[in-house]
Amino acid sequence: MDEKMRTVVEGLQSRFNLDVQEFRGEVTLIVPPEHIVSVAQSLRDDYGFEQLVDVTAVDYFPQLEPRFHVVYHIRSLAQTLIICLRVPLNGNYPSVSTVEKVYPGANWYEREVYDMFGITFEGHSDLRRILMPYDWQGHPLRKDYPLGYEEVQFSFNIDEVLKRKLRPQE
Amino acid sequence: MTNIREVSVDELRHLVSERALQGETMLLNMGPQHPSTHGVLRLLLELDGEIVVNCIPDIGFLHTGVEKSMESKTYQKAEVMTDRLDYLNPIGNNLVYCLAVEKLLDLDVPPRAQAIRVILAELTRIGSHLLWLGTSALDLAAMSVFLYTMREREKILDIFEMVSGQRMMTTYIRPGGLWRDVPVEFEDAVYKFIDELPREIEKYHDLLDENELFLDRTKGVAVITKEECLAYGVTGPVLRAAGMAYDIRKAIPYSGYDQYDFNIPTRTEGDVYARYAVRMDEMDESLKIIRQALDKLPYGPVRSNNRKYVPPPRSEIGVSMEALIHHFKLWTEGFYPPRGSVYVATESPRGELGVFLESDGSPKPYRVHYRTPTFANLQVMPILTRGQFIADVVAAIGSIDIVLGDADR
Repeated sequence: MDEKMRTVVEGLQSRFNLDVQEFRGEVTLIVPPEHIVSVAQSLRDDYGFEQLVDVTAVDYFPQLEPRFHVVYHIRSLAQTLIICLRVPLNGNYPSVSTVEKVYPGANWYEREVYDMFGITFEGHSDLRRILMPYDWQGHPLRKDYPLGYEEVQFSFNIDEVLKRKLRPQE
Repeated sequence: MTNIREVSVDELRHLVSERALQGETMLLNMGPQHPSTHGVLRLLLELDGEIVVNCIPDIGFLHTGVEKSMESKTYQKAEVMTDRLDYLNPIGNNLVYCLAVEKLLDLDVPPRAQAIRVILAELTRIGSHLLWLGTSALDLAAMSVFLYTMREREKILDIFEMVSGQRMMTTYIRPGGLWRDVPVEFEDAVYKFIDELPREIEKYHDLLDENELFLDRTKGVAVITKEECLAYGVTGPVLRAAGMAYDIRKAIPYSGYDQYDFNIPTRTEGDVYARYAVRMDEMDESLKIIRQALDKLPYGPVRSNNRKYVPPPRSEIGVSMEALIHHFKLWTEGFYPPRGSVYVATESPRGELGVFLESDGSPKPYRVHYRTPTFANLQVMPILTRGQFIADVVAAIGSIDIVLGDADR
């Protein structure tokens, strides 16, 4: 961890009680769900982390406590630093506050996480599916969601296959 | 069917203005099959006469579940899927994935492989910018540019075919180096191409720079400020055209970009013309980088010597027992990286292209996430188009250089 990063991490730790992990020179802070907005706010206003690069999630199924990690990458362009925040969420009704108020760009990323993992972002202005069709059932990137294959159609089973295929849209 | 339509209108109620609900403004569906949307992008436009009141982008028509599929393949096999994301930047997609795997494994790449990676990545950038220039000029009714740029791009694809056997889906860059060394005629072919291209770029400048129609359609159109770019995570030429000299090749150099001397072209206007000018200058800078890399292209191996992660060369397999075992193990089981997660960012032709890779210690990636520039840049479509004429929506889409395979993944 270099000097600039150490100041940021120590400053945040003194206020929020966060765990720090380091792997291959990347700093990750484990942030409890209730603190994520204030940590993001503090990163932007006090330490000059002006750009939210990415929001995604990881599913640790079948582990349930915590089942999900929501992963934020926030960058300071002037200091060329990038910091990773991880918010652990448990498996029943996973939800976390949106950081849209701090970083407006989080809008679409959080929609994608909602679409793919079924994690709800409280206070989000437009929480709809973004990549999958509107009427899709399930959240594809969860580990308990099957990978799924297209059934091969032959002349002897085409009616059966089509029937199974059309059912969800009826 | 009627049921589905009612649901979607209801869902969009909070996005359109009050006037739309009372029928004062018109909701117009643009796409997903509109030729100027460069793929399958749907825009729901709220129009007051000819003026755009609001624009709601709708993506996902090209979603292929690549991230899910990659979780079920070994690290080497998952790489094949990365070419298919941003089909104008296949080498860049390979590169960022390999950089992430190499960071995870703590693997060193020989200097020759790094230099060839840089040459190919910059050729891809030029190829992507050429296609962007052609198609977005075509959208603005400048037909002839398209024909010239496609001809030049074909030469780049020929070079890719020479090195990898494939024009677009190359999978040429592999974790730990390259698939194989470049053929002997590679250097001459690239020298020939970079000697010829500046004359062609001059031609494009002649066709567009003082073209009254082109200037009217681009100057002062679809303006975005630096602050909005930062807030929405917009990167690449759009950010640079708004006055911020930020390029990941300079800020966080990878693959030895710090050895090359190049500038970051910027403009301050933030309109369509500024983005055009930035991309045109970027092609010149890429040519400079390619020439420097070719001039001092080192000799040596193009693959790491770490046999635990990188397959041995073909010549060794016939004579060495260990090589045969390693080869067999790597292609049947794969390698076992340490547990942990890494994020690597590179500068793609469209902006920051990053990979978030998490490993649980098994030979298959536990989670791969592509942070794609188009996804972030498309989000500012409402800002770009609000208050503009509907015809300028076409210019705005063209100027952020969208690739829907990149946005939808």
